[in-house]
Amino acid sequence: MSKTPRLMPRSFAHLSDEAVVALLARSDESALAELYDRFGRVAYGLALRILRDDKLAEDAVQEGFLSAWRNADRFIPERGKASTWLLTLVHRRAVDLVRREDRRRAEPLTEGVEPPSAGSAEDDAWLRFERERVQTALKQLPDQQREALELAYYGGFTQSELAERLGEPVGTIKSRMFTGLARLRELLADPRPGETAWKPTPYTT
Amino acid sequence: MEADALHDLTAAYALDALDAEDARRYERHLAHCERCQRELAELSESAGALAYASEAPMPSADLRGRILDQAKAERPNVVPLRPRWLRPVIAAAAVAACAAIVLGLWALSLSSKLDRRDAALAAHERVAQILAQPGSHKISFSRGTLVVAPDGSGALVLNKLADPGSDRTYEAWVADGGAPQPAGLFAGGTTVAVPLDQPVREGATVMVTEEKAGGTEAPSQAPFLIVRNAPQS
Repeated sequence: MSKTPRLMPRSFAHLSDEAVVALLARSDESALAELYDRFGRVAYGLALRILRDDKLAEDAVQEGFLSAWRNADRFIPERGKASTWLLTLVHRRAVDLVRREDRRRAEPLTEGVEPPSAGSAEDDAWLRFERERVQTALKQLPDQQREALELAYYGGFTQSELAERLGEPVGTIKSRMFTGLARLRELLADPRPGETAWKPTPYTT
Repeated sequence: MEADALHDLTAAYALDALDAEDARRYERHLAHCERCQRELAELSESAGALAYASEAPMPSADLRGRILDQAKAERPNVVPLRPRWLRPVIAAAAVAACAAIVLGLWALSLSSKLDRRDAALAAHERVAQILAQPGSHKISFSRGTLVVAPDGSGALVLNKLADPGSDRTYEAWVADGGAPQPAGLFAGGTTVAVPLDQPVREGATVMVTEEKAGGTEAPSQAPFLIVRNAPQS
């Protein structure tokens, strides 16, 4: 997901997301700018989907990035990718806001028509590629698992609220969320070290 | 709450689907439960991927500046010398008394990977250009996608391709009525973007074989991937 940085030293382009967060922990402002250039747009898309309001979504992105700025020294790479950590911070702010505003949507969470986007062609191509990859994986989940993940992650509902809304025991909701995330992980998984990700055996389409 | 019940909250926590009280309880448990730390790391990666499933319009142009201005205003006076995640590096270099040395070591270990990263970035840029051409079409198969632009430039995007080994390489081929022509060497990876060095005309076939490092002029074995650029209806 690396992009060509704007107004940044060329050297940033070579740094992994994790290395940029290490610089962030040293209060390097250009590292924050670099992180924004890499993930600001995805973060905003996520916040907008949850909050459905431009202004609130920008607030969530701002608070999420500032939380990363303040807490970069708490990032532990053994526990996950820097991008996940950052998007979690933005997600948490967006969910806090949506609960506070009680803007939670009664309408179904379906994919809207894609609006024209004003990003660079390269960004568009890669974001579209990533989006299709995740959407394809989501579509392979059983409906009830996908529903639980979408209502929780994009809807901002707690597991208790979901149980009530769907008329199911909390245990059922927990299990759908767990199974859904675990399955999604398999569908999207990186190959683990030592595992053969793809055995080159002849096949055709 | 019993420990078992707390373990069960991992997925909900990864999705931010706990109320404040349960979230605090879970975090206290998490601090000393290695099993949950491991599981949370895994489930959070899946949850984080969900962020990419949404349409990503551009935020307003001044958001970036607002964030940077506020960060500058909050800039702490004390710069942490030891970001927690550098601990393993620090342990390995116990003599490194100041952070500058630690960061220097870390930069050195990074630079050995730069050549490969450069090549990977250049390949990604070329593939992005092909993807971005209006009228490009995609042929998806179980482990990836062949993208062909109207001008015949083509790229393979392969998912989860195992590393071929240190003295081996993958080689792409394009066959268009004759012998397969070499179209590029590449290694494995999570998402491998391979710009093809040969044009992919309608009806041409793209293949991949595993070869010895440096590649060959003709495939030495049966391809493990064969994709045909079937004529568009």
